[in-house]
Amino acid sequence: MDKTISFTLKVWRQRSPKEKGCFKSYQMKDIPTDTSFLEMLDILNEDLINKGEEPIVFDHDCREGICGMCSLYVNGHPHGPATGATTCQLYMRRFKDGDTITVEPWRSAGFPVIRDLMVDRSAFDKIMQAGGYTSINVGGVPDANAIPISKEKADLAMDAASCIGCGACVAACKNGSAMLFVSAKVSQLALLPQGQVEAARRAKSMLHKMDELGFGNCTNTRACEAECPKCVSISNIARLNREFIAAKLKD
Amino acid sequence: MWLIDSSIGRKVVMSVTGMALILFLTFHMAMNCVALFSEDGYRAICEFLGANWYALVGTVGLAALMVIHFIYAFWLSWQNYKARGSSRYAVTERPKTVEWSSQNMLVIGIIVCIGLFIHLINFWSKMQLVEIMGDKPADGVDLIRNTFSKWYFALVYLVWLFFIWLHLTHGFWSAIQTVGWSSKVWHKRWKVIGNVCITLLILGFASVLVLYFGKSLMA
Ligand code: HEM
Ligand code: SF4
Ligand code: FES
Repeated sequence: MDKTISFTLKVWRQRSPKEKGCFKSYQMKDIPTDTSFLEMLDILNEDLINKGEEPIVFDHDCREGICGMCSLYVNGHPHGPATGATTCQLYMRRFKDGDTITVEPWRSAGFPVIRDLMVDRSAFDKIMQAGGYTSINVGGVPDANAIPISKEKADLAMDAASCIGCGACVAACKNGSAMLFVSAKVSQLALLPQGQVEAARRAKSMLHKMDELGFGNCTNTRACEAECPKCVSISNIARLNREFIAAKLKD
Repeated sequence: MWLIDSSIGRKVVMSVTGMALILFLTFHMAMNCVALFSEDGYRAICEFLGANWYALVGTVGLAALMVIHFIYAFWLSWQNYKARGSSRYAVTERPKTVEWSSQNMLVIGIIVCIGLFIHLINFWSKMQLVEIMGDKPADGVDLIRNTFSKWYFALVYLVWLFFIWLHLTHGFWSAIQTVGWSSKVWHKRWKVIGNVCITLLILGFASVLVLYFGKSLMA
């Protein structure tokens, strides 16, 4: 027999961006501990629909930790209490019988609530459109090792590229800063030859877009790094600072 | 101007003024410690600085640094408060790797500022200010002895030093991170270097205070 737990779920309900939201409590009975957190919400929603109530709106897509769609601020942590995992990778075995689990949306001026637990993260798309790409012609596929890239650099670039754009860094930051996200997106290209051509322009325009959209100033609290499901390091923020300052000094 | 209209630029101002203030505190501490070994030596330093042109230039520069640091502190904090949005989390939990001080730099800074005022009234107003006005300044050693023979001043200064320690153990590596001189490995190194340097700095200041408080008990 599977182990099951019963607990109280406190969920943020908000009908629209403008309306005021509030918490609503739901009693969850005999949920198997190998249910994922999102499956648990599915169970609740099915129940709500059967009772003729409005289901809880929340974002999700791949449910395997790669798309960055799931969000949820669970018991004081973006993506819940587990480290290095997204909400869709969170399982009910993390919780105990009789717990009260509080579920909130990302709360940040840059991410307004759309409904219930779903927030508008299109600000990240705008930052990407401001320069998170390469537009140079890199030609055909080069021969292997024609452009030597050290293992160290390749690893750092891959680590930066593991960012899934979920926004947990902003949700965790008391300053509502998006520096971890922006720095990951700048670093993944700045570390490689293809990205270096436009590195200065990219750092400047992505950062200006971030500022323009109303994200805060980073004060190096490290909350982003601690809560990032992909463990993106703040050394990327140091790199972004470096790139940006160098670009500005050159102007 | 990027030092005003970009977030990294504003942080660079915070960082550079902060580092300059740390540098000043280092010199200040070294000069105070002379009093540990030789009261005449300390008097000579007081006299050498006094209200000479170089000391005055230094004082004005220092005041400017402090004012810029202060204004930017409030400006950044206000922007960050707005960026956080109007609705707050019901439940929050600080991750283990996040220092308490890092999230409360403004509050700690304000406390440091209050301490600074007490300190300026106690010492600066009786030394350099008097000299600027054209009078004879008070004797530095006498001031130290009188101030720290009062237990409440000794206590207030110790608390003040503790808050400076809190501000700077985070501020040190944060300032370096802000100007970009950090990496995964160097982050750990800077933190250790910062903790050691700042602790020595604060202990240096505290030792003079403790010595003179102790002397007053013996007397
Ligand atoms: C003894 C005087 C002071 C020194 C040596 C000092 C030093 C520093 C340093 C090194 C930083 C880190 C800069 C960075 O992260 O880029 C910093 C940050 C900060 N300081 Fe000060 N500070 C002093 C006084 C004050 C005062 C009086 C206030 C407040 C009114 C204040 C408020 C702040 C704030 C809000 C930050 C922002 C935290 C951050 O951006 O990392 N400081 N300070
Ligand atoms: S840096 Fe981490 S927390 Fe921030 S968006 Fe990328 S994956 Fe999410
Ligand atoms: S749903 Fe895709 S990462 Fe969680």
